[in-house]
Amino acid sequence: MTRQQVLDLYFLDARHKLIEVAAFLDRVERASGGDDFRLKAFRAAVGKLGGRKKEKVKSVLLAFSDPTKELIVAATSKAASGAYPGAR
Amino acid sequence: MRYIEPHAHMVSRVTDDYECMAVAGCEAVCEPAFWAGFDRSSAAGFYDYFCQLTGHEPKRAAKFGLKHFCWLCVNAKEAEDVKLAGEVIALIPKFLNRPNVLGIGEIGLNKNSRNELKVLEMQVDLAAWHDQLILVHTPHLEDKLKGTRLILDVLKADKRIRPERVIIDHVEEHTVGLVLDAGHWAGMTLYPETKCTPARAIDILETCGNERIWLNSACDWGVSDPLAVPKTALEMKKRGHLAAAIDKVIFQNPKTFLSQCAKFKI
Repeated sequence: MTRQQVLDLYFLDARHKLIEVAAFLDRVERASGGDDFRLKAFRAAVGKLGGRKKEKVKSVLLAFSDPTKELIVAATSKAASGAYPGAR
Repeated sequence: MRYIEPHAHMVSRVTDDYECMAVAGCEAVCEPAFWAGFDRSSAAGFYDYFCQLTGHEPKRAAKFGLKHFCWLCVNAKEAEDVKLAGEVIALIPKFLNRPNVLGIGEIGLNKNSRNELKVLEMQVDLAAWHDQLILVHTPHLEDKLKGTRLILDVLKADKRIRPERVIIDHVEEHTVGLVLDAGHWAGMTLYPETKCTPARAIDILETCGNERIWLNSACDWGVSDPLAVPKTALEMKKRGHLAAAIDKVIFQNPKTFLSQCAKFKI
């Protein structure tokens, strides 16, 4: 596909999703309380979208990922939270 | 448009879904053993589940002309109880000769814990001992990268395991390269919110190629779509992919991998 074809097929959908992301940030900043690890990771991931660096999806996924290599002692929950709690 | 659904949890789907899949062109559906949404209380619970996978579901599928195949295992979410897992693993060989059993799956990791890894190793050993195909579940969300690396290390450490007989499922952009570079097959799962979208799956095909890779819906008791694979095929068509290229991904590739088990005949 040409860039024009990609835009014709996906621009409106991507625009909608970007607006949803912006609305989410407005909503969460309107609410009382501080950022938790998920929001910190989200802001870091959003920062990966700027510029023309390739593999933005990979960068976003890595921003949310647990980078450690050691096994945890025991699973105390079944579900994942979406972001790594230990990120700085 | 013919296709194979290589990963669907049909025990948690209504019979209408089989009809819809057949109408959409599905020729075979493969069902790995999974977490039912709650922890089973005994090995007997797993025994009954394996009977359902090997007896009841094939009959339900056959009403719509669909071939049903399955995989057996203790899933990663129920792997913290190593004693129970061991009891279940001891049951599995009794079922391996049933006509629709393809191999051991979906084994893997969930939170990347010590017990989960131990149970994964026990089941890799089981698969190697009985020369079975392996289907692997990689963890969700933030745990996926770490879990994929751990899983690849376990598989590499067992010299009996031939990489081409292992499919590592639920890959995303940050794990697909690791899986393909290790010589395994990679599964892209079209599941809302937590895994790939059709558009991203096709992006991965366009950047990584279409060898040793398949699409699946992994539809289950959550909000999910048993028609995700044919819908993604339609998206490929919209992008200009030719019919032969689409057929390779949604039919030929799963057929090639699964035919490594002599029972997979469609």
